[in-house]
Amino acid sequence: MVDDELYREIILEHYHHPRFKGALTDANLTADGMNPLCGDELTLYLKTDGDRIVEARFEGRGCSISQASASMLTEAVRGLTLEEVKHLQERVKAMLTGAPHEPFDEDDDLSALEGVKNYPVRIKCALLAWTTLEEMLEGKGWH
Amino acid sequence: MSVHITTTYDVEAIRADFPILKRRVGGYPLVYLDNAATSQKPRQVIDALVQYYEQFNANVHRGLHILAEEATDAYESARAKVAQFIGAEPTSLVFTRNTTEAINLVAYAWGLVNLKQGDVIVLSEMEHHSNVVPWQLVARLTGARLQYVPFTPEGELDMEALERALQQEPRLVAITHVSNVLGTINPVEEVTRKAHAVGAKVLIDGAQAVPHKPVNVAQIGCDFYAFSGHKMLAPTGIGALYAKPELLEEMPPFMGGGSMIRKVTHEYSTWADVPTKFEAGTPNIGDAVAFGVAVDYLQQIGMEAIHQHEQSLTEEALRLLEAEEDIVIYGPRDARERCGLVSFNFKHVHPHDVAQVLDRRGIAIRAGHHCCQLIMRRLDVTATARASFYLYNTVEEVRAFYKALDDVRKVFGKYGGR
Repeated sequence: MVDDELYREIILEHYHHPRFKGALTDANLTADGMNPLCGDELTLYLKTDGDRIVEARFEGRGCSISQASASMLTEAVRGLTLEEVKHLQERVKAMLTGAPHEPFDEDDDLSALEGVKNYPVRIKCALLAWTTLEEMLEGKGWH
Repeated sequence: MSVHITTTYDVEAIRADFPILKRRVGGYPLVYLDNAATSQKPRQVIDALVQYYEQFNANVHRGLHILAEEATDAYESARAKVAQFIGAEPTSLVFTRNTTEAINLVAYAWGLVNLKQGDVIVLSEMEHHSNVVPWQLVARLTGARLQYVPFTPEGELDMEALERALQQEPRLVAITHVSNVLGTINPVEEVTRKAHAVGAKVLIDGAQAVPHKPVNVAQIGCDFYAFSGHKMLAPTGIGALYAKPELLEEMPPFMGGGSMIRKVTHEYSTWADVPTKFEAGTPNIGDAVAFGVAVDYLQQIGMEAIHQHEQSLTEEALRLLEAEEDIVIYGPRDARERCGLVSFNFKHVHPHDVAQVLDRRGIAIRAGHHCCQLIMRRLDVTATARASFYLYNTVEEVRAFYKALDDVRKVFGKYGGR
């Protein structure tokens, strides 16, 4: 099957080989997310040094879109400051909801998520990790 | 009584009555296998709605003009049809919005008065959230306690666990007739008999049973029986509660307002006769009338014939899926112990993705927890895929569904064996 709009090769690749999956025991930021409509579950772990993220991991169960999106998140936020992460999170959210945003480069894995916006019921799947991140940052007063 | 209609079961003639089945989705003919969520509607039911609003729309049980009289007759005749369909008297059938509202009616009107601190309510782990959450809410208000009966690995109600639960002398046993995830037909007669022996009242959630097989509440002997119209060819927004007459008499009203009163004074009021006592405000007249027509339609084909047709589809689905090594099936393996649905999962693909890929072939199935998170927890999954059948589905559709599962493997299979 050709690379299709929703199930992009890179999404499937992240789904089958999630980058940083598993608990992070020395995380100083954790948050749980759930999509009550479909039962998808997610726990996000971040470890920061000052205001910079040095480690990010996730645990969860869910569909290819929600898991791939979480995997991409853990890869993308490493090395960013909390402020940069907040900016990234807003950009991804805007992309997924079809709002104006600074587009991602084609070679950035996150760009593969753009097709999800044409599948309204799946947007929540792709957003799960990013909404969990948003709530985590809000909990720290970063909003 | 139903004769041997099976040999003359004309699925094509039935399909011709359902306008939506002519729809194409993404260039493919619609294959609608999400009937456990809601059924499609025949032309006769759609016409009944139009006819009601075009010819005799009026409020019921009030007004002395001809339209009011006709509307009242149609509404009460629909009640009589729906009641008769499940072997009940019209006075013991309350129209509700759906099964959920019917169960809430019992939870509040019966539960708040009859449950007290320490009382036990027995539920099964097969229950839909609509037969769990109302009891949690009422337990919180009364101090009653919930006791769950699990299901066996074969997807059947654990009768030994039920017996143990009954030793606690529960006030109520609330259980589903047919599981919307496992397809299991529970032995509700036996459950009712055993529950009554220890003095418990029995509520049966019939949402997945009444649309698919003959049901007779008198034969079951239960105290309450709840079901929805929209899963049995009727419009959304209309359902029913059967309750034994003496219970309806002694229960206080669920909601107060117009219609349900006899006399209102500054201090208090007296109530209308049952079942009107439980139908506060202007009821859903148009949809109730169409509900009556839906019941006529089902009866014309025969519930036993429909049940057998669905079982043959289920048998074919089970036969095809069982041969697949990458698929897990949930619920009883014997189609005779089931109503017409099959829940399953690919071992390596999430059910949302399965449903999404099938949708591209115009095949509509459900994926999710099906409002049964207790079942999901027991099966140790977050969701399942589910194909559910009805009177208008064909064996060709079951095969098209099965064939489309190969598309799932094409998208996800190359990474299989994770």
